Amino acid sequence: MNILAVLIPISLILGGIGLFAFFWSVKNSQFDDPKGNAERILSDRFDDDPDGK
Amino acid sequence: MSAETPSIAACPACVALPDKGKLLPKLDPSEVAMRRVELSLPTVHCAACISAVERQLANRPDVFGARVNLTLKRVSITAADSADIESELIAELDRLGYPAKPLDSAVLAKAEGDKAGRDLLARLGVAGFAMMNVMLLSISVWAGAEGYTRDLMHWISAAIALPAVAFSGFPFYKSAWGALRRGRLNMDVPISLAILLASAVSLFETMEGGDHAYFDAALSLTFFLLIGRYLDYQTRATARSAASELAALEVQKARRITEDGEEEVPLDALREGDILAVAAGERLPADGVVTWGDSELDPSMLTGETLPQAVSEGAVVRAGMLNISGPLKIRAEGLGEDTLLKQITRLVETAETTRNKYTSLAEKAANIYAPAVHILSLLAFLGWGFATGDWRLAINIAAAVLIITCPCALGLAVPAVLAAASGRLFAQGVLLKDGVSLERLAEIDTVVFDKTGTLTTGKPALVNADDLPAEARDIAAALAQHSAHPLSKAIAHRFASDLTIENITEHPGFGTSGRLNGEEVRLGRADWCGAEPARQTAVWLRVGNQPPRAFLFEDEIRPEAAETVAALKAAGLKVQLLSGDVPQAAEAMAKAAGIEHWQAGASPAEKVDALNALAAEGHKVLMVGDGLNDAAALAAAQVSMSPASAVDASRSSADMIIISNDLSEVANAHRIAVASKKRIIENFTIAAVYNMISVPLALAGFATPLMAALAMSASSITVSLNSMRIGRMK
Repeated sequence: MNILAVLIPISLILGGIGLFAFFWSVKNSQFDDPKGNAERILSDRFDDDPDGK
Repeated sequence: MSAETPSIAACPACVALPDKGKLLPKLDPSEVAMRRVELSLPTVHCAACISAVERQLANRPDVFGARVNLTLKRVSITAADSADIESELIAELDRLGYPAKPLDSAVLAKAEGDKAGRDLLARLGVAGFAMMNVMLLSISVWAGAEGYTRDLMHWISAAIALPAVAFSGFPFYKSAWGALRRGRLNMDVPISLAILLASAVSLFETMEGGDHAYFDAALSLTFFLLIGRYLDYQTRATARSAASELAALEVQKARRITEDGEEEVPLDALREGDILAVAAGERLPADGVVTWGDSELDPSMLTGETLPQAVSEGAVVRAGMLNISGPLKIRAEGLGEDTLLKQITRLVETAETTRNKYTSLAEKAANIYAPAVHILSLLAFLGWGFATGDWRLAINIAAAVLIITCPCALGLAVPAVLAAASGRLFAQGVLLKDGVSLERLAEIDTVVFDKTGTLTTGKPALVNADDLPAEARDIAAALAQHSAHPLSKAIAHRFASDLTIENITEHPGFGTSGRLNGEEVRLGRADWCGAEPARQTAVWLRVGNQPPRAFLFEDEIRPEAAETVAALKAAGLKVQLLSGDVPQAAEAMAKAAGIEHWQAGASPAEKVDALNALAAEGHKVLMVGDGLNDAAALAAAQVSMSPASAVDASRSSADMIIISNDLSEVANAHRIAVASKKRIIENFTIAAVYNMISVPLALAGFATPLMAALAMSASSITVSLNSMRIGRMK
């Protein structure tokens, strides 16, 4: 069962990275224009300003 | 629609950097003052629109950045500051085929603060993260971990769950505390109690080395309920943002003439005796007397009458009338309590206060549910406590009852349906100001339409084209091309003409004249062309000394009106027409639209009375109207709609706004509302069935954390899936 001492921290760290990435994307207004993001992927123009600032 | 051709370039960077040779040199951003301009672009809808708009704007030397937000249908531009940058950008976008409207930055700033949404999203993220991890840890306990391993799992779960529950559950605690302080119960009281009690009991059990810990249940409860909360917030935020956009679109200002020239002033800064300039195409800002100019005024928004009134110096005019043909100067009078506008505002206020309070389905459910849950769990606690004398077991069972009954599905039942339905309606061009109005719309049995601007397009259409000789049509069209008068525009739009007329002059307030083959030709008002005024809206054409010919106009019925009325009747609703116009016009329109009951000549107060009479007979009425004279009736009805072309006062008192200006959305919205209500009730039933199965088990003491987790997830998922069916409805 000693493997738990390694696996549990690893799973928490991985989850924590996901959580941090989510916070970061919320903060960078990536959830402000969901419809636009869905359409922009069809455009052949390079989006050089994806966070819309 | 944009006609952008897909580029062949394979390298995205080549596409991103437009051909430098074609461009004017950009201004140096460090040398000019910057300004943010926000424009509303109601017609953008696809990827090609986005690139077309952004590319066109980026090609301007004075624009440093442009970003379209498709969700809000807006473009936000950073540009070099200059006095008329806004109107230049609007003209640029208009040329591209995207009509743009300026947004008032003050109103927008208020709507912008989307902090609450991000805050909820962050709490949702934390709850989701903690729930997944604790769930993983719990699986080993469910699978049969014992002794030291189980305690370790419980302790790690506690370390993750307690801070997460404290942070994520905060919106519920706050709302529950607010309700309790006022001595009331709301849905958040049992929610908060369940979360806190479950956490506390689990912590105690963990410390004592007990079997059951409900950390995962407390977290998944928080998570699912936050989803409901976030959906609810999103629905209201979209509606608010679109509504404030409408408010921002029409910031009515008056142009006051002073000794130093003209100045723009807000309406409440007007004083009695101010001289105001009103250009053709503008609405009169105040009641008053004409001091200079000749024109025609369209009173349809005010009274429902479509016949324009000719006015000249000395005529008494009312605020809200539309100036059609020539510039006017008016002296503002009676700005106090007796203006028509103020009277209508007062009527709206009275109607709003007397409108009876509507109890929404969610409130009804909470009223029954919250006390029931508390009593059940208290009874379980006391019953088990006295029967066995084991108070630790008793509090465990009480917590299990609270968690299992807890309105996970109930918290999602209403917001999930409303989010799906209002999203669906918004996509079709109907803006819902508030989700509850959808429930009210589902209950109606009568629809009352206004005539002018609602059943009709509000734009005049030529009716006697076939009776006119080709020559007259050609001359009229050639003259009409040069005028901005709405009737001229209608003629020019109807007939094409390549006739050349010389010396075309516009006579504001009268008409347009010119010379053809040495003869004078005139297109304009009856008295100016030497004719007797007609009984309906008309423009006259006189060629030389020949007798003048009338071009007769009627307010055109919307092409979808009859179809809409038929659809509403097919849905089992009674349809009525309530107009301020003369009886002949109202009757003709009622016949054309297929409406049997009509009432004409109704003043704003009489419209309210008519609606109150219907309500007294027990009818639940949907009012559809657009004029200033409808504003009070819209507020008095059970639920109301306005087309986007309506005046400010109507739009602000209507519950829903038809942004697409398509009347058939009335029948459509009703259908979706009925379906939504059905879904909400289905959701409540699903939640109740889950409770009926699981509550007896919990009361009997058989509930385990695994059961709680399964019941909660299963009911939430069923309810969400059922709600999403609204979006797929044909």
